[in-house]
Amino acid sequence: MAFASWSDFIAMGGYSFYVWLAYGVSLLSVLLLVISTVTKRKKIFKHVEQRLLREQRIKAAENREGTL
Amino acid sequence: MFNAFLQIVRKELLGAFRQQSDILNPIWFFVIVVTLFPLGIGTDPALLARIAPGIIWVAALLAALLSFERLFKDDFIDGSLEQMMLAPQPLTWLVSAKVFAHWLLTGLPILLVSPLLAVFLSLQESTFWALFLTLLIGTPILSLLGSIGVALTIGLRKGGVLLSLIMLPLSIPILIFSTMAIDAATFGQSYIGLLALLGAMLVGAITLAPFAIAASLRVSVS
Amino acid sequence: MWKWLHPYAKAEKSYALSGKLMPWFLAVALPTFVVGIIWGLAFAPADYQQGDSFRIIYIHVPAAMMAMGAYSTMAIAAFIGLVWQIRLAEMTVAATAPIGAVYTFIALFTGAAWGKPMWGAWWVWDARLTSELILLFVYLGIIALYNAFSDKVLAGRAASILTLVGVINLPIIHFSVVWWNTLHQGATITKFDQPSMATDMLVPLLIMIVSFAAFLGFMVLYRFRNEILQRESHRPWVIALVQQSSSSVNKRG
Repeated sequence: MAFASWSDFIAMGGYSFYVWLAYGVSLLSVLLLVISTVTKRKKIFKHVEQRLLREQRIKAAENREGTL
Repeated sequence: MFNAFLQIVRKELLGAFRQQSDILNPIWFFVIVVTLFPLGIGTDPALLARIAPGIIWVAALLAALLSFERLFKDDFIDGSLEQMMLAPQPLTWLVSAKVFAHWLLTGLPILLVSPLLAVFLSLQESTFWALFLTLLIGTPILSLLGSIGVALTIGLRKGGVLLSLIMLPLSIPILIFSTMAIDAATFGQSYIGLLALLGAMLVGAITLAPFAIAASLRVSVS
Repeated sequence: MWKWLHPYAKAEKSYALSGKLMPWFLAVALPTFVVGIIWGLAFAPADYQQGDSFRIIYIHVPAAMMAMGAYSTMAIAAFIGLVWQIRLAEMTVAATAPIGAVYTFIALFTGAAWGKPMWGAWWVWDARLTSELILLFVYLGIIALYNAFSDKVLAGRAASILTLVGVINLPIIHFSVVWWNTLHQGATITKFDQPSMATDMLVPLLIMIVSFAAFLGFMVLYRFRNEILQRESHRPWVIALVQQSSSSVNKRG
């Protein structure tokens, strides 16, 4: 263990701002990348689903017209 | 095959002389940009001579960017690009002719006005020759690199800005080596090695770029 | 020989295969990340010159290395895609570029945050930082080009060509920047060069490099699957996949 106490660890030998800023921004940018990637996948799924529903509705409407 | 090369160059030159503003405007732009710097920074000759290589090269880069628009645009619109792809001669060869003609119309005029700029920026004669040589070797590389960018972006509606985003980072080595050579000349050092490096890059670009341009055009036209 | 394989069957198989591989990459990336970051931040000894600020190395160096690693991946994929005309390889190029750009950004930002206490300025025209900045420009150019095309098949091919042009250029850029840097500020000592690192410092760094590499692999696979889904969204297998997932959601809700 390089630090004596928890507050020592946070202080990072006087460099706390730079160290935590670097780690924080890095984590944040990776997180944003992950979020955008996962939402992209969900968006594609939603898109296909909506298309399927629309096709079903069109088909149903055509069937109704046929019975009239 | 060589005939086809000459014919394309001739056709390009004739077309350009019919529309002279296409050639003159980038040069005009080049001169104006260089003129702006003394107005913005001050007229101290020592300062100007110190930053002249950077100014001239950055201005040349920007002027080259402006001129690229017309490189394949007309051919793309009127369909002669597709004709070129169907021609019996290899596309790489025809494309090389286009790029060579483009350099004659844009790179060469920059070389011709460079003495004027040397006077504006109070360059010494030895420094001017270094500038002239780096422009002579460097502007063809710019034409080749830029043609790749043009070929990639030609089918896009907003290709202009994209072209600069793609091309400028790739042209950084040319900027660095050229300005280093000119700096070396200012301090009276030998800059043959840097010119040789630029020359090696030119040879590499001449051999490789036509393939990239041809492949990119095939993407854009299909 | 690849050309004769049925392209759609191949995409579906690649989707399934990458789905199988993904958990393994994550299984490597997450534990190494936790171990590496705790070891690096809390247990590694402080540098005798730079104090605790050197702990930024545990993200700076892995990010910088894997930013290059991502570009090599793209270059190999672009080469395969263009030479053998494999669309899946071109998709890999498009899938990798954003991750490489984020890694490059991390390397740049951490470099700046490290430089501020060491050099007294957020930005110094250090050779490595400058190269990383230009690498970021190249990445952004590739991404912008890819997004500019509405036809994603053409987009993938255009991005592949640009990637290959970049791979020839990047060593020249790096070389020229290093030379330019020594000329303009030869006196600056690069703070990132650690001639001999203590084992206690080096081991967590290696662990973090493994973690960043595995995470890169995981994200590439994830985005690669996204690319496949998007381009094949009209194929029956994708529709079946969507119906399956929506019905399982309905059951749970």
